[in-house]
Amino acid sequence: MLLINHALKELMDIEVVSENILQVHLNGLLQINDKIALKEITRQLSLENVVGDKVFGSFAENLSFLLEALKKGDRTSSCPVIFILDEFDLFAHHKNQTLLYNLFDISQSAQTPVAVIGLTCRLDILELLEKRVKSRFSHRQIHLMNSFGFPQYVKIFKEQLLLPEEFSDKHFAEKWNENVQCLSEDRSVREVLQRHFNISKNLRSLHTLLMLALTRVTVSHPFLTAADLMEANQLCSMDSKANIVHGLSVLEICLIIAMKHLNDIYEEEPFNFQMVYNEFQKFVQRKAHSVYNFEKPVVMKAFEHLQQLELIKPLERTSANSQREYQLMKLLLDNTQIMNALQKYPNCPTDVRQWATSSLSWL
Amino acid sequence: MAPYHTRQKIRQTYSWIGRPLLDRKLHHRTYTEICVKIEGCSTPVHIQVGQFVLIEGDDDENPYVAKLIELFEDDFELHSKKRARVQWFVRFSEVPAHKQRLLGRKPDAQEIFWYDYPACDSNISAETIIGPVQVVALAPDEVIPVDLKNEKIFFVKLSWNEKKFRPLSPELFAELEKLQESSPKCQKSVEAMTKNIESPAWTTTEQVVKRIESSHSASKSRQTPTHPVVPTARKRLELGSLTFPHLSCLLGLGFPRTPHTKISQPTSQASLDSSGRTKRKVNFSETTSQTKRSHLYRSEMSSPALKTPEKTGKVQPFCAKDVKKASPKCCMILRTRVPALKTTQINEERTLTPVKGGQRPSVPSVVLKPENIKKREAKEPETQNQATATSHRIRRRSSLLTLNRIRQQLRVLENNKSDQEEEEFLPTAEVSDSSSEEEEASTPALSRRNTRCISRNLRPFLKPSIQTPSKTPKKMAKSRTPRCATPQIRSRNLTTPEPASMLEEARLRLHVSAVPESLPCREQEFQDIYSFVESKLFDRTGGCMYISGVPGTGKTATVHEVIRCLQQAAQANDVPPFQYIEVNGMKLTEPHQVYVQILQKLTGQKATANHAAKLLAKRFCASASPQETTVLLVDELDLLWTHKQDVMYNLFDWPTHKEAQLVVLTIANTMDLPERIMMNRVSSRLGLTRMSFQPYTHSQLQQILGSRLKHLKAFEDDAIQLVARKVAALSGDARRCLDICRRATEICEFSHQKPDSPGLVTVAHLMEAIDEMFSSSYITAIKNSSVLEQGFLRAILAEFHRSGLEEATLQQIYSQHVALCMMEGLPYPTMSETMAVCSRLGSCRLLLVEPSRNDLLLRVRLNVSQDDVLYALKEE
Repeated sequence: MLLINHALKELMDIEVVSENILQVHLNGLLQINDKIALKEITRQLSLENVVGDKVFGSFAENLSFLLEALKKGDRTSSCPVIFILDEFDLFAHHKNQTLLYNLFDISQSAQTPVAVIGLTCRLDILELLEKRVKSRFSHRQIHLMNSFGFPQYVKIFKEQLLLPEEFSDKHFAEKWNENVQCLSEDRSVREVLQRHFNISKNLRSLHTLLMLALTRVTVSHPFLTAADLMEANQLCSMDSKANIVHGLSVLEICLIIAMKHLNDIYEEEPFNFQMVYNEFQKFVQRKAHSVYNFEKPVVMKAFEHLQQLELIKPLERTSANSQREYQLMKLLLDNTQIMNALQKYPNCPTDVRQWATSSLSWL
Repeated sequence: MAPYHTRQKIRQTYSWIGRPLLDRKLHHRTYTEICVKIEGCSTPVHIQVGQFVLIEGDDDENPYVAKLIELFEDDFELHSKKRARVQWFVRFSEVPAHKQRLLGRKPDAQEIFWYDYPACDSNISAETIIGPVQVVALAPDEVIPVDLKNEKIFFVKLSWNEKKFRPLSPELFAELEKLQESSPKCQKSVEAMTKNIESPAWTTTEQVVKRIESSHSASKSRQTPTHPVVPTARKRLELGSLTFPHLSCLLGLGFPRTPHTKISQPTSQASLDSSGRTKRKVNFSETTSQTKRSHLYRSEMSSPALKTPEKTGKVQPFCAKDVKKASPKCCMILRTRVPALKTTQINEERTLTPVKGGQRPSVPSVVLKPENIKKREAKEPETQNQATATSHRIRRRSSLLTLNRIRQQLRVLENNKSDQEEEEFLPTAEVSDSSSEEEEASTPALSRRNTRCISRNLRPFLKPSIQTPSKTPKKMAKSRTPRCATPQIRSRNLTTPEPASMLEEARLRLHVSAVPESLPCREQEFQDIYSFVESKLFDRTGGCMYISGVPGTGKTATVHEVIRCLQQAAQANDVPPFQYIEVNGMKLTEPHQVYVQILQKLTGQKATANHAAKLLAKRFCASASPQETTVLLVDELDLLWTHKQDVMYNLFDWPTHKEAQLVVLTIANTMDLPERIMMNRVSSRLGLTRMSFQPYTHSQLQQILGSRLKHLKAFEDDAIQLVARKVAALSGDARRCLDICRRATEICEFSHQKPDSPGLVTVAHLMEAIDEMFSSSYITAIKNSSVLEQGFLRAILAEFHRSGLEEATLQQIYSQHVALCMMEGLPYPTMSETMAVCSRLGSCRLLLVEPSRNDLLLRVRLNVSQDDVLYALKEE
């Protein structure tokens, strides 16, 4: 989209062109069906059946009206129209792909000159098109890939942070840019960037990272430091579920450990509350020193809390008459996640930790 | 009527004078004189038939000018029973602004034009008449007399028929001249009048004279309440002049016909009408109303004119009245006939021998003075030129209608001296008319067709006065529906550049839209379809044909070519004329809309789908009247499939009716569509006339490219062969082939930019284009993905390998991923990051993933083959 906008802007800068081009912007998320899309096209072309922002006539009328309008022109006389369809794949889901067919058909016949540009992230978009629609499609595809390497990535990072020449405070801009230059050569910063680059070449994620770092810049802390970036990186790569686990009570942690053991024993088979409770009971009776033997309703409450946090998920939807104790559940945490979270868990009782690490739960 | 009396705050009362003549057929009582009493004025104003009157318009200062043709009382009218029929005159300001320049000179302020437009609604309420006015007819080259300029008199020199200005026809001119002499000043006696009328005449005019005589005498004596001749003639004329109120009235439909309701009618019709027609109408009304408003100064000049007669309130002698009564009637008959005759004259003079053309204009009219004849003769060539210059089609058509009517009339009336010349030139007129039929431009054709339908079937929803800019005063005021203008994309100010280089020229020719002169490689199919349609045309029967073939094999193009050839043949009279309609399943929102489209293209009417279906069924199954064959092309037939299949059923059922004369050509992609989706009763009606377009072979594609690039050395021969073979192997889609070539020219142009030698398109360029189009983007996408994404793909492969399934949950893949990372000593990612990676790959469809609410349990599949992934990952 950025590229398109840029290209169009450049095109529009040529005055002759800008006077002679009509643009229609559509978005698959906004124009969810052909009816709305047609209305939008008529509105944007400001054809005659538009009064204010409203378009009159039924769907069928609009279609024939628009087709007639577009049919009328020919190459020499009428103004070319550029259709830009964002989220193009969603247009392919419209009924019969009527809009696409007609747009392509117009572009392929001697009617009003029309250029249709579709933007999508899907690589398999051609497979979505119906065969007759596909046949009318010109098969001109441009793939935008993040084909750059790490050095370029660092360059982009610098360009994003550097202040422009025309910045009002010249002195500050100079210092800031110097600092950015230093940062880009700093080893720890490069490490952070490398890590980020490995995860995603997406520039948007780089933007998020930089935004997080830049929010720490204040009057008293005027320059970005490597530490800021590292912290931002940590924030970015934080595991959300581990965060949730940190906030759980010891009882809930115990329940999760019990579930983990159950998973190990039964090889990912689903479990129910009763099984978890039994496991928990075994632990409390045999090994636990610090964990109080809670009553069943209390444990149940904790179990439900876990469910609300979506750390566990019922296999079927809860029905009113089924007994909650025996409803089958699945744990939505991976073993590694649990172990990582436990290590960071503040004031974790040692016996609980031991229990978690032991492969055989009853020992 | 209250709102329209804004100008004169005085109350006016209208009353009939004299005994009514009862017209039984029309349920009218006709009168010859109306008396207008103005409150506060002792002397009433008498207005008689034949006098010129001012009629209230939406512009109070500039009332309409018209000639009173008939006064009658109509009980079907709700609001005002007193009706009048008028012949309109238009002021220059009422002529649409863009047509004003056709006059070619500056009009005089007092100049008006005879409104020669039969479609105009001439039926008005008598109570809109303001008062009498004087109109003087002048020869086109006569200067408006200076001495009369001060008086409030209008001058007629030319007639205006919505297309162009023309001199008044001699008959008309004479009659106007006569009127001017007789009616306002009553100088001439009855004897003088009759003498005048009985002056020697020739052929048609002679008959006319006789009629004038007879009607004259009849009305003079006023003995028979029902006139034996005039009413019938009048009725016919009414039909001819296409005044719908009367038709409806005749049939007892009884629409409210007051000016009030007329305002609402056009607006409501807007939805029913074909868009084209409404547009035109409103365009007209807009322009006229605007111009009217703008011309305020003229109104001041004219308004005293209408006031003077009122004030003076001339009471005319009784005998004079009689004369007037008589003469207008003749005039009316004459008038309506005259324009028609005249137009045919002009047309025929073109087609007939020069001798006849010379004869025609010398037909002297009854009261024409010698000097006028000369003038008219001088005029004649000029009008001929005009006739040839502008489109004569429409005029020809309307003239034929009126001509026929006149002929009937003449026969019925009395004279056995049937006009030989008329007889002679009629056939030619008919021929030219029929050939002009199918090539007619949409708007005029529509209106005409409509009228035909109405007179035949009486379509109930087509209410009176759809016809064009009716001049009934109230109409102009409103009817500004929003969607009336012609849909059109703004036109460009920049002219398209001419193709500069050979490559550009080639690209232009290779565009799919560039229609080649002939369709190579489809000669056989072309011949088959052509002979099929042609035979049906000759047999005047119906039939179906099913054409199938994969996309891009030239199905639609071939049919279009066939139709084009047939239309040419029809013009050359080799085949019977036919009407061609095309619908495309893809261009409909819903299968049933096909009825609406067909009906609209057939007759220009708009209706709901159900209603349209009924009308079409009636047209194709019931109507016995002979009509021309309709050729219907249904593209993308498979989209007309409905659960009940009623649309397809109807489409294939209509041709089986004998009266329908419908040829249906259907196009779809699949060969076995009739068997696959159609019910037995539908597919049996479709019949066995099938044709399938095979995908093009490489040699055919080569031929197609060759024909498009004739005399244009832009491609290497090998290159063309390569692309033809490539495409033939893949799909045989000609569109694809052309696309590749176009792309190749672009690549060629680009690569040659620097050395500045735009050479031939070589095999290399084509290969590049083909690669660009057909190569899968997956591998490049994988190659360009980030390390983590690649790792994730690797983990998926490992997991698939481990489980032996083609599907894995995210949790399984994650643990694999972690294991892999540990093995390589890399920091393994967190779950959230992995989720993000997964959804990213899913969004570009490298992976097929379930919605992410399943979290860890969401199942992942590869959308690419495992080998491709391995290949892409190994590259590094």
